[in-house]
Amino acid sequence: MIEFTIWDILRNLLLATRWTIVLSLVSFVGGGMVGLALLFLRTSKRKWLRGFAKYYIELFQGTPLLMQLFIAFFGLGLFGIDVPAWLAAGLALILWSAAFLGEIWRGCVEAIAKGQWEASASLGMARLQQMRFVILPQAMRIAVPPTVGFSVQVIKGTALTSIIGFVELSKAGTVVTNATFQPFTVYGLVALIYFALCWPLSKSSQILERKLNVAHRNH
Amino acid sequence: MNYQFEFGWLFEYYPTIVKGIGITIQLIAVGAVAGISLGIICAWVRALGPVWLRPVVAAYVELIRNTPFLIQLFFIFFGLPSLGLQLSELQAANLAMVVNLGAYSSEIIRAGIQATPGGQFEAGASLAMTPFETFRHVVLVPSLQRIWPALSSQVVIVMLGSAVVSQIAAEDLTFAANFIQSRTFRAFEAYFVSTAVYLLLAILLRQVLGGVGWLIFPRRAAR
Repeated sequence: MIEFTIWDILRNLLLATRWTIVLSLVSFVGGGMVGLALLFLRTSKRKWLRGFAKYYIELFQGTPLLMQLFIAFFGLGLFGIDVPAWLAAGLALILWSAAFLGEIWRGCVEAIAKGQWEASASLGMARLQQMRFVILPQAMRIAVPPTVGFSVQVIKGTALTSIIGFVELSKAGTVVTNATFQPFTVYGLVALIYFALCWPLSKSSQILERKLNVAHRNH
Repeated sequence: MNYQFEFGWLFEYYPTIVKGIGITIQLIAVGAVAGISLGIICAWVRALGPVWLRPVVAAYVELIRNTPFLIQLFFIFFGLPSLGLQLSELQAANLAMVVNLGAYSSEIIRAGIQATPGGQFEAGASLAMTPFETFRHVVLVPSLQRIWPALSSQVVIVMLGSAVVSQIAAEDLTFAANFIQSRTFRAFEAYFVSTAVYLLLAILLRQVLGGVGWLIFPRRAAR
């Protein structure tokens, strides 16, 4: 029987944390890009585009992320597409976070006073120009705190990819537990590592919110 | 692509699916009632409770909100037995749901309490109510009413998160889907149908919570 020290456990968990961080970054950036596209669809003038984005968001927010992962992993495989776990994990997380980010940002765009749209229209700007030069610069200010806050959800979401066999922090936790028979220590440490990743983001989201609110009051 | 979709055979497995739906509903019912109650207690402590208890509750809320539900579940189910607390799959799943929703809902409810005008507390005090009585009779219901939509969305989010409890072999809807998948190898149909059921449950749950809100909160007379 090999004895495992806390340091052995922690080192292995920290090595796996890399993949949690990489997957979180990929999901967040990819989700942001798809989310931006959704935002444009959701605020478009064409009804069917708005409808499409609405149902997309409803679908991805109304079903468990775990099921989306399963469908990406097992479902696509049936069509003869060989889906490695990292691809299914990345794909599902990008589509899932896009739905949430798109909806968060829509709220921010809608918070911009209607007069801004009318004013920019009266300057002869096209729809995209209005967005690009007038609406988005203002909406982005409001969007920063909830967006940073959502990144915490993305990091926590990556834990589910362990279930389809992607080896990140949670999966490493299970593997190390099976080797050491110390679930209390291992999962405690796993929780602490997630906390160390997420808490600074939560805190900075709160601080940003407070700062921006103060700025708003002074206007 | 030469895969043929067939959904008819799923009828054979309907008892498994129905049982899974039942357990998912049971999880969310217990989670919502006990979790929101815990949330109210925690929100009271953080807003008005004994000063020494506040950091303890704050630590609980921050810890739960910044770690994945899956890890909380594993910690409760696999980790706690080494402290002598052995729970069945279903008990562990229920406990994890309550602990999780308790933390999230306490933050939401606290926001509702903070939005209550200070005059309400002064009015309560002037009627010789203790702070707790003021909280119980004057502040709580309007606070809950204010944040009910946010609280409802959180309950739906936690319901969808409950899919994870299949990982400790609690026999919820996801467990049923996994079981069918492992028996028939028809993964797409099994997961497609259970995903659709989750979507229906989420829509239904939103309606139910809306109805509950309509029932328990005093409706203002139309002006």
